[in-house]
Amino acid sequence: MMMIPLNITKTIHDWLYSVMPENAASITEMLLIAIAYLALFAVAGLYLVLLERKVAAWFQLRLGPNRVGPFGLFQTMADALKLLSKELTSTDKTDKFLYNLAPFFVITTSLIALSVFPFSKQFQAFDINIGVFFLIAVSSIGVIGILIGGWSSNNKYAMIGAMRSGVQTISYELSVGLSIITMVLLTGTLQLSEIIEIQRTGGWLIWQGHIPAIIAFMIFMIAGTAETNRAPFDLVEAESELGAGFHTEYSGMKFAYFFLAEFINMFIIASIAVVLFFGGWLSPFGITEGITWFPEVLWFLIKVLIIIFLMMWFRWTFPRLRIDQLLTLEWKYLLPINLVNLVVMAIIIWLNLTF
Amino acid sequence: MSYFSDIYNGIKTLLTGMSVTGKYFIHARKGSLTQQYPDNRETLKMFDRFRGEVVMPHDENNEHRCTGCQKCEIACPNGTIEIIWDRGIDEETGKKKKKIDKHIYHLGMCTMCGLCIEACPTDAIVWAQNYENSVYDRTKLSKVLNQPGSKVKAGIED
Repeated sequence: MMMIPLNITKTIHDWLYSVMPENAASITEMLLIAIAYLALFAVAGLYLVLLERKVAAWFQLRLGPNRVGPFGLFQTMADALKLLSKELTSTDKTDKFLYNLAPFFVITTSLIALSVFPFSKQFQAFDINIGVFFLIAVSSIGVIGILIGGWSSNNKYAMIGAMRSGVQTISYELSVGLSIITMVLLTGTLQLSEIIEIQRTGGWLIWQGHIPAIIAFMIFMIAGTAETNRAPFDLVEAESELGAGFHTEYSGMKFAYFFLAEFINMFIIASIAVVLFFGGWLSPFGITEGITWFPEVLWFLIKVLIIIFLMMWFRWTFPRLRIDQLLTLEWKYLLPINLVNLVVMAIIIWLNLTF
Repeated sequence: MSYFSDIYNGIKTLLTGMSVTGKYFIHARKGSLTQQYPDNRETLKMFDRFRGEVVMPHDENNEHRCTGCQKCEIACPNGTIEIIWDRGIDEETGKKKKKIDKHIYHLGMCTMCGLCIEACPTDAIVWAQNYENSVYDRTKLSKVLNQPGSKVKAGIED
């Protein structure tokens, strides 16, 4: 049920139900929440791009964007405005329908996945009881957008990029899924809010599950980086080989959708990691447990940003893998380790060795 | 079993790489290499090996070291240097002697290869480190390197 008893939405909620019939109010509320999420994550995506550029600059002993606004804070806003005002070009023989559909596919799936995350105790749009399953299912759809985009562009580089993305995502989906299942063994529930409730009493899951949880976390980070098609797994858009990969033929706002979706996907992977391993919006050692006014969403965001920083650290350190190395890593290393790890986790829970 | 040692070595080398970039990240605020060019115009100094343009240094008596041997003109692969010379009578010995009238340098044609400077036997021309060489009219790119009224330093030809 679409109910968010946030303080601010509570007022709006009551007001809407007082002026409209119940159905209309419900639909209006849904629309309002959708717009709020869209706006929030457009801005979040833009600032993640800025963060990426800043972090990249610091890793390379540069300064990064620092001209537009204080410390370059409006740089990505300006970039987005530029992209908005640009012409939407396409080549002659594109499949027009699929070509225009692809960016929306990518951005919509990443936005759907965001709806189930508990950003704080109250701030969760859709507390579904199969949350983890829903996340795995939805986050896999994004690759269809990439495949459609690459296919309909009628460009061999875009095509190769999209096919590589398909290979990569299908392979690494297994590792993401299995490492999540390892943690689900520990929690015994798929509902994200309940997973966090379990961590409130017993400590964060990475502490409860100790060794297998840490291994699962490492595998999840590697496979998650591969899922978002980021370096060192960015074969999809390997600049030196494929131009820009699957979005070679896209311009203007359609390109910006792909670009934003990449960063929102990174946010999603980091959020899953935070919820499943680091206690979601729970404060470390319960230091703000008793403080009612403290915004718990802050803890969630801090943890997510740390994980995102880790992914950026990967990106600006490691060289890109070859396609055979990529598949070797998945099928010969991550997958067997993951399966063994799953059994180890089961044994540990059976013998009651969890903390 | 190289399988497990491969994993171990892989993780070890990855962590080594991350520690290297991590150190860079921490020191980035102090050791940034970026030059914010138009802002630091006054203080920005190019390194010694930078090839801005060819100049002919003159000392305080308005004397240069160019004997007019034309080796630089011959060495230049694209005719950037043009020397207008003349024979004048040397006051001390009374003999006829070659001396330069104008040492013309076309910056617009120069590829900064440095062959002229290598060829010069008396080190009369050197690299300057200036870099703001853009002008509105390309005739301004042709420069006379020897200053008006200058003459060759005594004892250079010996």
